Amino acid sequence: MIKFFLMVNKQGQTRLSKYFEHVEIHKRTSLEADVIKSCLSRTKDECSFVEYKDFKLVYRQYAALFIVIGVDEAENELAVYELVHNFVEVLDKYFSRVVTSQIMFNLDKVHIILDEMILNGRIVETNKSRILAPLLVLDKMSES
Amino acid sequence: MPAVSKGDGMRGLAVFISDIRNCKSKEAEIKRINKELANIRSKFKGDKALDGYSKKKYVCKLLFIFLLGHDIDFGHMEAVNLLSSNRYTEKQIGYLFISVLVNSNSELIRLINNGIKNDLASRNPTFMNLALHCIANVGSREMAEAFTADIPKILVAGDTMDSVKQSAALCLLRLNRTSPDLVPMGEWTSRVVHLLNDQHLGVVTAATSLITTLAQKNPEEFKMSVSLAVSRLSRIVTSASTDLQDYTYYFVPAPWLSVKLLRLLQCYPPPEEGAVRGRLTECLETILNKAQEPPKSKKVQHSNAKNAVLFEAISLIIHHDSEPNLLVRACNQLGQFLQHRETNLRYLALESMCTLASSEFSHEAVKTHIETVINALKTERDVSVRQRAVDLLYAMCDRSNAQQIVAEMLNYLETADYSIREEIVLKVAILAEKYAVDYTWYVDTILNLIRIAGDYVSEEVWYRVIQIVINRDDVQGYSAKTVFEALQAPACHENLVKVGGYILGEFGNLIAGDPRSSPLIQFNLLHSKFHLCSVPTRALLLSTYIKFVNLFPEIKATIQDVLRSDSQLRNADVELQQRAVEYLRLSCIASTDILATVLEEMPPFPERESSILTKLKKKKGPGKVPDMEETKKERNSDMNGSTEPVSVNSSAVTMSTPSTSTDLLGLGLAPVLNSVAPASAGGSLLVDVFSDNSPAVASLAPTAEENFSSPRIGSADVVSDDPAAAVHDADELVNKFVCKNNGVLFENQLMQIGLKSEFRQNLGRMYIFYGNKTSTQFLSFSTAVICQDALKTHILLHLFCITKQVDPAVDGGAQVQQILNIECVSDFMEAPILNIQFRYGGALQNMSVKLPVTLNKFFQPTEMTSQDFFQRWKQLSIPQQEVQKIFKAKHPMDTEVTKAKIIGFGVALLDMVDPNPSNFTGAGVIHTKNIQVGCLLRLEPNTQAQMYRLTLRTSRETVSQRLCELLSEQF
Repeated sequence: MIKFFLMVNKQGQTRLSKYFEHVEIHKRTSLEADVIKSCLSRTKDECSFVEYKDFKLVYRQYAALFIVIGVDEAENELAVYELVHNFVEVLDKYFSRVVTSQIMFNLDKVHIILDEMILNGRIVETNKSRILAPLLVLDKMSES
Repeated sequence: MPAVSKGDGMRGLAVFISDIRNCKSKEAEIKRINKELANIRSKFKGDKALDGYSKKKYVCKLLFIFLLGHDIDFGHMEAVNLLSSNRYTEKQIGYLFISVLVNSNSELIRLINNGIKNDLASRNPTFMNLALHCIANVGSREMAEAFTADIPKILVAGDTMDSVKQSAALCLLRLNRTSPDLVPMGEWTSRVVHLLNDQHLGVVTAATSLITTLAQKNPEEFKMSVSLAVSRLSRIVTSASTDLQDYTYYFVPAPWLSVKLLRLLQCYPPPEEGAVRGRLTECLETILNKAQEPPKSKKVQHSNAKNAVLFEAISLIIHHDSEPNLLVRACNQLGQFLQHRETNLRYLALESMCTLASSEFSHEAVKTHIETVINALKTERDVSVRQRAVDLLYAMCDRSNAQQIVAEMLNYLETADYSIREEIVLKVAILAEKYAVDYTWYVDTILNLIRIAGDYVSEEVWYRVIQIVINRDDVQGYSAKTVFEALQAPACHENLVKVGGYILGEFGNLIAGDPRSSPLIQFNLLHSKFHLCSVPTRALLLSTYIKFVNLFPEIKATIQDVLRSDSQLRNADVELQQRAVEYLRLSCIASTDILATVLEEMPPFPERESSILTKLKKKKGPGKVPDMEETKKERNSDMNGSTEPVSVNSSAVTMSTPSTSTDLLGLGLAPVLNSVAPASAGGSLLVDVFSDNSPAVASLAPTAEENFSSPRIGSADVVSDDPAAAVHDADELVNKFVCKNNGVLFENQLMQIGLKSEFRQNLGRMYIFYGNKTSTQFLSFSTAVICQDALKTHILLHLFCITKQVDPAVDGGAQVQQILNIECVSDFMEAPILNIQFRYGGALQNMSVKLPVTLNKFFQPTEMTSQDFFQRWKQLSIPQQEVQKIFKAKHPMDTEVTKAKIIGFGVALLDMVDPNPSNFTGAGVIHTKNIQVGCLLRLEPNTQAQMYRLTLRTSRETVSQRLCELLSEQF
């Protein structure tokens, strides 16, 4: 299963974090710092999967933003790797070319998107239009 | 798509976020945040009721602050209020806050549950979804209690919207994880499984996750999911890339769902039904074929998605391990990936091939890639990929390629990353031993290991080489010569000095004939290293010297001079000083004969599993060293048979006392060992030597020490929540106390638990002493006695503490005491469990031991005459009242010891009752609060067959059984 989902910038600041197993807040901070360190230090030649303690990190870089997913051994690494891209494409579709600041200003919406894609640590939906459906309902409501 | 503006209408939020982004320093950021927190707090506390919009805005700010890593201790109530709002946006923020910030044991759960209940009943799919997401994210026990009844209904109802079904499936999965007892699947199973047939792929995706988890727990119940999953998979795999519309990702049809279905199938063996099996094979072939087709897109997303499915298919093929054709194809496919330009693929191919190597059908095919893998070891830039290459080489190693693989690993070791050196050392040591045809090669390899990576050679490795040399006389001469040569190097690793010292001490005589390695030269060579070594090594060298005195009488005087020097006799280290003094005296007063006996060559070590392997397994965690050891062993058993490696005497190793200067091989104890019983030297003897118990007791529980050796405690950072899971497998332990009331219950490196107990009729009192064996304080020390539910009604336990409420801190070396009052209400089977928790050096230690409260403790002995005995014996003649057991003697059949045990068991030993004088009879009454149970027993030894027959007759079947179980373990 997926244990956590992180969006982190190159400076190592967390932009979004979602945990699928409860982790104490002070532990989150140190876990994030650790995870980011092990991903940031890697070059492009190195593979996108890092063994970290008893689980694996799957990460993908988009310009200055890293998306890191922690998974246990029951996940397929490549599938998770592409899930990240699917997620980014959903953001792109919604924000019409997403940039980091939009993620910060629209945290609630990014969370809705994430909730539609991953629930309880499992992939629940991969179809872009269906992922965005509830968000569009929301937008329609706030317009009216 | 609507144009999305900054903050989407919440101006205050946007300003705040911009402020934070503009902060130049961490301090400025914290200042700004504190200002905002104060502002929000005052707004929440103010008299003016906030409207929904403001509440939402502030809750959003809090969420943002939380994300920056600050704990939020207020605002929960406001968030819960938002749940009851009718505006979707407000409700949504409320749920978001709760699912991110509220953990499952919040007091607010009840209020939250109310909100959820309303939304589930609203029949508004959007609201229902929010509520279900919340349950899936928080998933507390209270939520489970409130909603387990509703969710399966929502999941399988015909009129439920697809998106709601998806959320419901994962919701149910969550509840099943937190409270499996509350989610009775039975009636829903079939309908849930049929969700695999749902028209909607989103529903299938969610349902597959649910079914996979449930199937892992209950394979039998979900067996029918196999055929449904196969047919679903087959429809996806054979569909045209446009059929599945939005579920097609870069021309790959539903890749994530395919992966999940293939995972689900890995919960089961290959389908039995021919048609299903054929269809699955067809699917797997199609997936393998597609990998060879030209890509439909140049985009990396296309190939990644395709390969994700391919790797999962290969995992399934390996899991089934039944179709040689598919296995070989899988192997060839992975072989292609080994040379792919994508690092990710090379990594995954190495990983996957590692499991393939253990399959009988593909082991040979995997071996053909050896050159590529060796090349990967040399050229890969990524340490995690190189690590996989090492793993694969280890997995593909067999007798035919062992020499090459070991040589390559040694080569790599010279430049290997520090993080993986120790593991490589262990692997090389294991392979060298396992596949050694020629033990001189083995010795060379290990010495090379020490030369190249001496710091990473753990004790297990050098113990092992010594054990092998001692047990195999064909390599002793060669080893002596080789270590002698290796020691010539001006700088050599201390581990080499240890091995060299030990081996020359035992077998130096074998090379002493050569003038280049005469006794004096050997001695001078070793002594030249002496002053550079640590205390334990010096201690070992002193033992070597005294062994030299025996081997080479001609240099006795030289050695005595060295021992006599002030730096030895007055060494500040007590251990060294003592050895010097004792060895010097020994060499002066003992006759040659005595010296020869005391300092005789070490006897062979008993054969056991290599402790190196154990160490590697521990290092990698369970499961990471695949069971190929086993499978391969079976396959090669005929090959290995003759040279099955001899193993470390692991009990000698685990018996290590805290003093570092005790050398663990027992060299220091050699005089003791040899003079006592050369033939039986080894672990068991060490146990006896160290045991405080009387011999009779020690033989009662010879394995107890081994069971409680330290590894579990040492690495117990992860504490199991379920105390029963951590219980030391300790029926032995309970058995040890069946016939006695006092003694040491448990001991490891950290603590010792002692017991004193007394019982009268149905009451008992047990004094428990906890001793801290370390010099460091134990913090948060707490204990609890746990009775399983079934046991609770049978005995009552009251734990009293004598020293305050057992002080949470236990000082180093101190002892605390507890008293446990016990009342037996009715007869019982299980023993209660004592759970102890404390912090030691930062790590939480958690251990559980069974308390030896057994039914026989409530015996009152009854004296009776022979006539009475047989009269009652006949009265108890209903078959259920009698339990009989015939068993082999585990201990010497000594009449006196047996008598003592029967009395210790609690019954009166009746003399002259049985016509056969060698039989034993006993009688007693078990006292419980509710009833008293009379009990007669008869034990008939058969010394010739080394067997016993034990017969018990009581008026209650359960009592007879339990007593028979307990007593039969004692002889």
